[in-house]
Amino acid sequence: MAYETVIGLEVHAQLNTKSKIFCGSSASFGGNPNEHTCTVDLGLPGVLPVLNRQVIEYTLRIGLAVGADIAPVCRFARKHYFYPDLPKGYQISQYEEPICTGGCVHFATKDGRDVSINLTRIHMEEDAGKLIHGNELGDPDHSYSDLNRAGVPLLEIVSEPELRNPEDAESYMRKLRTLVRYLGISDGNMQEGSLRCDANISLRPQGSEKFGEKVEIKNMNSFRHLRRALEYEEKRQREVLESGGVIHQETRLWDESAGVTRGMRSKEYAHDYRYFPDPDLVPLTVDAKWLDEVRAQLPELPDAKSKRFQNEFGLPRYDAEVLTAEKELAGYFDQVVEAAGAGLAKSASNWVMGDVLRLLNEQKITINECPITPERLAKLISLIDDGTISGKIAKTVFDQVAESGTDPETIVEEKGLRQITDTSAIESVVDDVLTSNPEEVEAYQGGKTKLMGFFVGQAMKATGGKANPRALQEILREKLGS
Amino acid sequence: MNELLYLNVMEIRENLRAKEFTAEELTKAYLERIDETETRVHAYLSVLRDEAISAARAADDRIRTGDQDFPLLGIPVAVKDLLCMKDTKTTCASRFLENFEAPYDATAVGRLKDAGAVILGKLNMDEFAMGSSCEQSAFGPTHNPWNLKTIPGGSSGGSAAAVAARSCVVSLGSDTGGSIRQPAACCGVVGMKPTYGRISRYGLIAFASSLDQIGPFANNIQDAAILLGAVSGHDPRDSTSADEPVPDYTDDLEAGVDSMKIGIPKEYFIEGMDPEVETAVREAIAVFEEQGAEIHEISLPHTEYALPVYYILAPAEASSNLARYDGVRFGVRKKGDSTFGSLFGMYAASRENGFGDEVKRRIMLGTYALSSGYYDAFYTKAQKVRTLICQDFKAAFENIDVVLSATAPTPAFEIGERLDDPISMYLSDILTIPCNLAGLPGISQPCGFTSGGLPIGLQLVGKPFAEKTILQAAAAFERATKHHEALPPL
Repeated sequence: MAYETVIGLEVHAQLNTKSKIFCGSSASFGGNPNEHTCTVDLGLPGVLPVLNRQVIEYTLRIGLAVGADIAPVCRFARKHYFYPDLPKGYQISQYEEPICTGGCVHFATKDGRDVSINLTRIHMEEDAGKLIHGNELGDPDHSYSDLNRAGVPLLEIVSEPELRNPEDAESYMRKLRTLVRYLGISDGNMQEGSLRCDANISLRPQGSEKFGEKVEIKNMNSFRHLRRALEYEEKRQREVLESGGVIHQETRLWDESAGVTRGMRSKEYAHDYRYFPDPDLVPLTVDAKWLDEVRAQLPELPDAKSKRFQNEFGLPRYDAEVLTAEKELAGYFDQVVEAAGAGLAKSASNWVMGDVLRLLNEQKITINECPITPERLAKLISLIDDGTISGKIAKTVFDQVAESGTDPETIVEEKGLRQITDTSAIESVVDDVLTSNPEEVEAYQGGKTKLMGFFVGQAMKATGGKANPRALQEILREKLGS
Repeated sequence: MNELLYLNVMEIRENLRAKEFTAEELTKAYLERIDETETRVHAYLSVLRDEAISAARAADDRIRTGDQDFPLLGIPVAVKDLLCMKDTKTTCASRFLENFEAPYDATAVGRLKDAGAVILGKLNMDEFAMGSSCEQSAFGPTHNPWNLKTIPGGSSGGSAAAVAARSCVVSLGSDTGGSIRQPAACCGVVGMKPTYGRISRYGLIAFASSLDQIGPFANNIQDAAILLGAVSGHDPRDSTSADEPVPDYTDDLEAGVDSMKIGIPKEYFIEGMDPEVETAVREAIAVFEEQGAEIHEISLPHTEYALPVYYILAPAEASSNLARYDGVRFGVRKKGDSTFGSLFGMYAASRENGFGDEVKRRIMLGTYALSSGYYDAFYTKAQKVRTLICQDFKAAFENIDVVLSATAPTPAFEIGERLDDPISMYLSDILTIPCNLAGLPGISQPCGFTSGGLPIGLQLVGKPFAEKTILQAAAAFERATKHHEALPPL
């Protein structure tokens, strides 16, 4: 039987506010254990939470960006469970009355499909702390709690079960990261845990309307883990079903080193969280004026940017998606095009997606640290366009600009890299090449036209790569009589 | 009794200003009074002798330099032991917090200090404010100064008894379902629960967050008004505190009740009410009438549901608020049975050892009410009925200014009498609970004595933030009756 995979993701994004969601402690990552704590996030007797306004504003940004309905009045609720990383014995979250409902995330797949995934809700909540188990410290009888992270603001972004394969789940997750980074509300770093994800996955017979029993998967700390875990689970569930077995609702943990998911707890032991509205916090009101202010400050979003790149610069969809995946990269590209002119946008796109990204990868730096300014890259592209240098020489110039931090024109002049366009100079080089390779000339004329590359190579070598390739090929063809 | 102990706040301030005595002398007189009465009353859980004397000396320094414009400068006060006070023990009368030292001041405590008050100590209460008799204190009951065999009321029994025993001038307590007014009635003193949000709850160890409110105890209305003014006002650290201006509550205390409209809810003369209490309340109504007030019979039709609603909502919130007492970061930690793992064994053993029976009972009630499958039938329904109770008051206040009733259906009962019968204990608060559910200000003041010499309390409830109106009415009654001048036979 053919099965359809159904996946829904619950994504947690840590907001990069200065202070925590309900107190003034620093929300920054790291620090000595319990350094970023105060009476409130330690849950001491008598303390009360006060909502951080920045958290609401950040939530409104993403709510508006995905086109969610923003509740004029929403509430916080307490979610109860006992664990040493949860100081109050409850997490302040939102339950029946979240701030955002609905909304939609769009992305393009590598094979060019447009996918839209509806969101169920987005809500605000506080993060828990961390436990450090003593066996990591040579003290196996104790566990220690570090509450630096307790109270750091989180968004929970819940998708509808509309994803149909692990690859789309990864693309969706990447798109969410792109969004939160564009909006400046989260670092979106999966390794540091500022972006986390739980997945619900089930299988159902192709064509069936009814969902199959779902399994929740946790502990996926990278995009790769997410995809691999879902692929594994998809396969596992298919095998269970095909062999006549049943899937039980349960939570499974992804074990990256073993490449498998393992059962953690089954539904029988599910917590009763006893949610109820937090009486320490008043209902939160968001009025139209506030929403308008936040809307007015939203940056150009990736989807709009991608459309603009396609419409104004004539870029292919794929280029536009790659260039807009990171706000800073898109900004860099925009500056290159601004300096070089929209007519060179495709060329600019090739350079940015190719050599610039390669350079960033090699040097492990971000686009903001790129040693080649957008203006210099634009200049380099213009030098190719007006025939001053060849595309091939341009690669050398690119590396030298990166290395020396000088202007491409200076490098071209100083190193004499200007392209030879003088046909008589090229002709004499071609003559030399043909004279010294009589056998190849004969073979070529006998029909081995692939040897054209050999002659181009020889002539280029003789000119130090500076010969205008188009002129060179024309002259070669002429002289070889083809 | 030292004559300094008879003085009210204004008299003390005048005397201090006139250098008739010093704040240090006054504080020492109170510390001596504590020594003299505590063995019998047990109102205090801790006495802060050294801190009090240095605060008194600081007050004297200010007086000497003329820097004395503080409402409570040099006034010996005490606070219920659920208000956090920096570097002193705050126990909530619980074994769990027996050794807990708060690293910060509650806003109300900070405001007392800012107002120049001398804090003598921390007062006894029912554990975590759950009780109506002060018998649920893990550190032994407080005794009613009027009759040491009887309870002082609760949960703020220590706060009421200390004021009645003149072992402090005024005190702070907290009121979730009557925990200020009912002990005030039992001990023959003035006790006020202000409007919800009037006084910041920051640093008040929570019992039921949507109901808890701090308030003053005093031997007369004016002292209560001064203390109320000193601790009221918006606090950015408490989202539920009201951003309402704080008037001078001592203004217009002389205004009287001429043509004030007083409503008498027919539902508040309940079956089982002590006849002597009923008589005293009827007499009080007559006094108001003589003073020129208009008396109207009113109806608050959902009154009978107030007690059950309260016993769903308050334990529900308590079960949540008390989840933080897990033995991980502070308080009692006990190693327990590890059938369900050593961690859960530790939780269970710590909470089993740290909490008393009434606290456990309410945690269980509340946990049940919030459980999946029961939530709508209990919690949601109770919230709906709470709204109806609020609407009862709102409708009544369209025609009247103040609601008058007895504070409690009976005077103080004997220690031990109701310990085995939680329901009869819960009934002590039947007349005070509706006011908490509606978030309204309420005051209890003495309105006479039983034939056995036990005080009877009169309750006045006002519109939101109409503390001034009920203080005015209470002041008029006080001038007309002088019940507040009676002293307990200590």
